[in-house]
Amino acid sequence: MSTKTDKIDRLAELTAQSETSTGSSLWVEAMRRLRASKMAVIGGCIIGMFVILAVLGPWVAPYDPTAQLWRGEVRTNQGIFIGMRGENWFGLDHLARDQFSRILVGARQTLLVGIVSTLLGLAIGALIGTVSGAAATLGGKVGGRIDSVIMRFIDMMLALPSLLLAVSIAAMLGQSITTVMIAVGVVQIPIFARLLRGSMLAQGGSDYVLATRALGVRRRRIVLAHIVPNSLSPVIVQTTLSLATAIIEAAALSYLGLGNPDAAVPEWGVMLAQSQKYFDQAPMLAVYPALGIIITALGFTLLGEAMREALDPKLRS
Amino acid sequence: MLRLVVRRLLQLIPTLLGLSVLLFVWLNRLPGGPAAAMLGERASEADVRQIEAALGLDQPWYVQYGRFLKRLVQLDLGTSSQTGQPVWDEFALRFPATVELGLAAILLAVLVGVPLGYFAARRRGGWLDVAAVSGSLLGICIPVFFLAFLLRAVFAVELGWFPSFGRLSTGMDATEVTGFYVLDGVLTGEFDAAWDALSHLMLPAVALSSIPLAVIVRMTRASVLEVLGEDYVRTAESKGLHQRVVRGRHVLRNALLPVVTAVGLLTGSLLSGAVLTESVFAFGGIGSFLKTGIDGRDYPVLVGFILFIALVFVVINLLVDLAYSLIDPRVRVR
Repeated sequence: MSTKTDKIDRLAELTAQSETSTGSSLWVEAMRRLRASKMAVIGGCIIGMFVILAVLGPWVAPYDPTAQLWRGEVRTNQGIFIGMRGENWFGLDHLARDQFSRILVGARQTLLVGIVSTLLGLAIGALIGTVSGAAATLGGKVGGRIDSVIMRFIDMMLALPSLLLAVSIAAMLGQSITTVMIAVGVVQIPIFARLLRGSMLAQGGSDYVLATRALGVRRRRIVLAHIVPNSLSPVIVQTTLSLATAIIEAAALSYLGLGNPDAAVPEWGVMLAQSQKYFDQAPMLAVYPALGIIITALGFTLLGEAMREALDPKLRS
Repeated sequence: MLRLVVRRLLQLIPTLLGLSVLLFVWLNRLPGGPAAAMLGERASEADVRQIEAALGLDQPWYVQYGRFLKRLVQLDLGTSSQTGQPVWDEFALRFPATVELGLAAILLAVLVGVPLGYFAARRRGGWLDVAAVSGSLLGICIPVFFLAFLLRAVFAVELGWFPSFGRLSTGMDATEVTGFYVLDGVLTGEFDAAWDALSHLMLPAVALSSIPLAVIVRMTRASVLEVLGEDYVRTAESKGLHQRVVRGRHVLRNALLPVVTAVGLLTGSLLSGAVLTESVFAFGGIGSFLKTGIDGRDYPVLVGFILFIALVFVVINLLVDLAYSLIDPRVRVR
């Protein structure tokens, strides 16, 4: 396990060395470098387009994404599919619905699954991380013990491959879109918890914490107003990267048959999973949602990586 | 060294105990409880009671948990509701296939990824570097099962270069020794069988290696870049050592340490990926078995799988940690 946690701890150390003497604050500096980074700009543009699509999708879609408007033209049992044509830019899906409209509308649900599950993981993980980190830095002997109990539990969660943890949660809770979000979100909890705790520990030994303690500031205030805000940057990087993994893992859950059974609302992961059955006859049915997922995940990954680089004090000039 | 092994083994106990508690709770939380899960949703109340009494489910939870634990220690994971065979036997039968696939994938990832990452770092900003970095980003973002379908459609169905499913062609007469078909073929001298197994292994291994490859390329590249900037490399160069010596002994050797860690780290994603890849190619490992288990709501298989994987994962991580302490003397001190 220690190998997996090492990686998280290394990211957490980002904040440890962030006090430099350049004068400009970490965030101003980081923003300047982000704007100069090609990766960040491309990633940001992709995410921007995706968000616009998610907001406007249902209005710009040419047809009702759930209506089987061309019933009779698609015969899956005879291998007859309709590909690209004038009225249906992306062809029809296996139930004779307009694929282009489904992709447009599906962006919203896909984004929703990604955001909700990541926020779930972030919220609970950050809470656990804060408690653990505060206990370890300011809690004395008892705090240290609390911290190590919490971390034992977190390491246990990290001991399972994430997809398989998600599979067991999804299997336990039954099939629904909420389940997918919970399953994908829970998997992220230990990552965020360990990251924030590590980052807080790195801050705990710094001079300003010592100064606030010497001034007699209450411990709760030291944690919430000083340590946590200064420990957040690796968490923000991880949140961006997690959005990509969340979307991919949700698709994997759908493929394994644990996704949202309600196919009325299109979602890229579910669309991709359902089209696999017809992959040999109509591969394009899978390619459109897959491209959507890949490009979106790429956008979040690019931005996340660029942020990591922008915040890395080793690379600051 | 021995003390390290013992300490690490002892550390496993709380982890596995905790997992068993989670799974025990999980099993009891299944819709209608385990009895209903066994009998199906339309079972009568009396039937459920009878089964519950037979399984000891009417007893207090600590008695039940004790029995659950005892069965786990005896490697009794229950019986698959689909095949009617003990779950442990089913896993043992299929595990070599998954190991073979995983090893092939990680081998591929290391053999391609380390040189690629190394040369990308050496010529930072060059075309190879750009290609390696963007390729590895893409590798992380492609859903594994989609890549598997794509490879199968192009190289198996369309071009016909590789078989599209299974581990051996039908009618291929192969003697089974270890369960690793490629190795078996070589051991028994049935080279046609070994070749056949290898060609079946190719596409799934490539699909499965996408994420490990991406991670290894990035790790190697970052690590080589860091080492290249170290003082000791400059010292070695300035005292006139041959470039080959500097690169081999100073740069590569130090740069590969974090990569070894990364390989261990990848076990989890390999196991997850194996579930997705195997089912696309009907590869017949524990991954495909889990997929059919999910489809058939075969709970003993699900629970068994999670415990089995946790055990495997933990053991592999232990081995990686030990390997690491052999390579890097600094770790041993800690």
